[in-house]
Amino acid sequence: MSDIFQNVEPMVHESRISVPYHWWAGDTASRFFIDLRDSQKIMGTRCSKCSKTYVPPRKTCPTCFTPNDEWREVASQGTLISYTVVRRHQASLPKKPPIIYGLIQLEGADTAVLHIIDELKPEDVKIGMKVQAKFSSQRKGTMFDIEYFRPVH
Amino acid sequence: MGKKRVAIVGTGQTFHKSHRPDVNGQELINEAVQRALLDADMTIQDIDAVVIGNMDHFEGINYVDCWSVDGSGGVMRPIIKLTTGGTTGSTLAIGGYHMIASGMFEKVLVIGWEKNSESDTTGAITTAFDPVWDRLVFAGAISGLAAEAQSYMAKYGATDKDGARVSVRDRKHACNNPHAQLRKEVTIEEVLASPMLADPIHLLDVCPRTDGACAVIMACEGVAERIAPQPDWIWATANRHTYSYLNDATYGELDSMADASKELFSKAGIKDPRKELDVIEMYQPYSFAGIIWIEDMGIAPRGKGAEYIWSGATDMGGELPINPSGGVIACNPIGATGLIRCAEAALQVMGKAEERQVPDVSLALSTGFGGCFWTDTILHGKNKPAF
Amino acid sequence: MDRAAIIGVGMTKIEANKVRETFADMAWEAVNKALADAGMNIGDIDNVITTSNDFWDGRTISCMAVGDASGVKYKNVSCVEGDGTFGAFYGLSRTLSGSYGTTLVTAHSKGSESVSSLITNASFDPIYDRAFGMDMVSSAAMQANAYLHRTKTTAEQMALVSVKNHGNALLNPYAQLPMKLTVDDVLQSEMIADPLHKLDCSPVSDGCCAIIIANEERATRYAGNPVWIKGVSFCSDSFFLGDRDLSRAPSLSEAAKKAYQMAGISNPAMEISLAEVYDAFTHQELMWIEALGLAGDGEAAKELEKGSYTIKGSLPVNPSGGLLSGHPVIAAGLIRIAEAVKQIRGNAGDYQVDGVRLALAQGVNGLCGQSHCVWILGKDK
Repeated sequence: MSDIFQNVEPMVHESRISVPYHWWAGDTASRFFIDLRDSQKIMGTRCSKCSKTYVPPRKTCPTCFTPNDEWREVASQGTLISYTVVRRHQASLPKKPPIIYGLIQLEGADTAVLHIIDELKPEDVKIGMKVQAKFSSQRKGTMFDIEYFRPVH
Repeated sequence: MGKKRVAIVGTGQTFHKSHRPDVNGQELINEAVQRALLDADMTIQDIDAVVIGNMDHFEGINYVDCWSVDGSGGVMRPIIKLTTGGTTGSTLAIGGYHMIASGMFEKVLVIGWEKNSESDTTGAITTAFDPVWDRLVFAGAISGLAAEAQSYMAKYGATDKDGARVSVRDRKHACNNPHAQLRKEVTIEEVLASPMLADPIHLLDVCPRTDGACAVIMACEGVAERIAPQPDWIWATANRHTYSYLNDATYGELDSMADASKELFSKAGIKDPRKELDVIEMYQPYSFAGIIWIEDMGIAPRGKGAEYIWSGATDMGGELPINPSGGVIACNPIGATGLIRCAEAALQVMGKAEERQVPDVSLALSTGFGGCFWTDTILHGKNKPAF
Repeated sequence: MDRAAIIGVGMTKIEANKVRETFADMAWEAVNKALADAGMNIGDIDNVITTSNDFWDGRTISCMAVGDASGVKYKNVSCVEGDGTFGAFYGLSRTLSGSYGTTLVTAHSKGSESVSSLITNASFDPIYDRAFGMDMVSSAAMQANAYLHRTKTTAEQMALVSVKNHGNALLNPYAQLPMKLTVDDVLQSEMIADPLHKLDCSPVSDGCCAIIIANEERATRYAGNPVWIKGVSFCSDSFFLGDRDLSRAPSLSEAAKKAYQMAGISNPAMEISLAEVYDAFTHQELMWIEALGLAGDGEAAKELEKGSYTIKGSLPVNPSGGLLSGHPVIAAGLIRIAEAVKQIRGNAGDYQVDGVRLALAQGVNGLCGQSHCVWILGKDK
């Protein structure tokens, strides 16, 4: 830019976008959360055409693009597919780091769920280890009705 | 004009409602997509690419093209997101058109959607405007529109009764459209007696907030004729997103509509749109636009828009029916709205508009409005364009 | 595909914080540089595509901010949301459709104006995933672990990508982070999310890029030196991370396959002279190289160690320094295209690769590279 802007103090206007959101979970996710809250059951939807069970449940099968036709309960334990340990604090984090995040493929499911892994030291996390859901004592119909997953001993 | 001619061969819409608690966003999208596929007798495997859009801050989901693939059919397919505010829906249609006209794809699925019930619409729209200059003082959708109506009224002596006449027309038309959200006739008196939102705009002069999705399938010449007995041929598109700041706009006229429609008609060799067009589906978010913007289109002379509306010419059965679907005043899932106009124009050309069908449509116009007084226009024809 | 060419490119310097410049200022600079590069003026531009993201920009209809500066006023215009390679794809479509002879494409963002972690957390599903608080970095870290586990690639090998790209950036005056590093420097930098150290991650950046696309007839009308578009394709994987095999990128392979077909390329590793890939994180450069078919499955790290991907190597990757040396989201992919153009024309300055005939540029949308766009550019028609 030309000389006329020399020595101009750069002004910064602070703001934030504050738009409230309330996302309708929809019938499919609502059923999942009701079962989780009331019965500590983890339910998936199944596409009989593709022989795939989706957790989190999907109303339609992303593979063949037809409605999933069946609900199926999956186990509350499964295999750790991958993980990370977040060390540096970020604005989006729900608590102080370190936090272990994992992708868990529950027994009976063909897809993995995202969740927090706890009750072990970060250096002890291994891909392939067995983990088990610890259900929250105060369940409200959210993913945190599973407090976290912990190693199966 | 294009390298390849392009036609709409199928459309699908949700039954638009104020809120849809039974589905999340991608499930809502899926309803429209499945209906469009059914309408065109196709499966998702027939689709070469997907174009999708909405307005991010209405649902608060970043990278919607990526997030929505379960519902849109975008898994292991090319999917691209376009967004331009209120014009998003028409922008998407224009996008689908160019992607096929380029010769790179034969069949493209175009999806516009919005779940306006999931956020504060005015709060989200306010963030459209420049954070330093416009946002604090003059923002939200209605203030700009009220300023436009006031300027027009001051210039030509129109009244809020003129605006009400447009609202009465659209709300009556909506009763013929099972997909419209608001399907209730109103009288001029009821419009004028409804709460004043921003002088001179009454509650019944403006569009509602809606949850809805629309999907349109386009195909190239050679393919389109095999899919649809009467494809809706896209003759031309033109748009103007003229302004960056609200305070730049010319109030009382819509420059972007004047420029875009002029370009559109000249591309298609249309000299007298009032006589040559058979139906218009206009993105008309409030009633006064139904008077002002038809002047910008050249349908009525400056200052004579209201007179033309009062003559009944734009009612069903009139010389040039406008918004047989009931238009935006009856239904406004914003990211879908422009695409619904396009789909409704296509239904008219294809002869599939059922109760809201205008007889013998051979040329239709659909438009989009949004952003900062921006306009998109699309010309639809029964016959293949000769150019 | 009909012939079309890129006839002008322009970009701002990539910086951590362009506090003196608005979105419009950045666009103005990039657009005017592209016009000058092509020997055109704004009147020669038939239509415009801007590329932006409402979340990063903190405004809905974010394209509004750069309209004036991109010369849209009396023109047809549209806006793509996502990476600049996708914006360029739509620009190419509008050119090839016959509607417009020339298309100006811009892409901008200012990471400095917002909080990256919150913006990218908003890419997660609001019902099932978002509350966990993950973001672009933590999801990429999870992907890195899956990739390392499957291919036995090591943290040292990942670090070598950082050493190479920051080193290349020393030669690029537009790069934000030119650095002479060692593998130890990378491994000793702060651990952000295992296994990603700070120097495995691209920085938060501000920047804008503009390119001009022309159809065959218009491509040679101006002073610029046209670079021909040989192939371009894009493809998306599943959304949920748990639906995908995070250690692989099948959507990138699919996009590349189509782009190679269009370009008549049967052996990409032999035929492509250089690649500008989307190295937002060190492991991603290796993953993308493999998914693009430029190295065998799990072989990229070994090739890297052999020096194949340096500027003087057999297949230079990110000679510009890549995203690791400057990552203005949205603009980043368009910058990859612009860098490929400069290399093909032979005006990449100190990081010029010898004898470039075919170059690849890649862009990414979504978490862990869900959706990819691949461009093949060439010297010859």
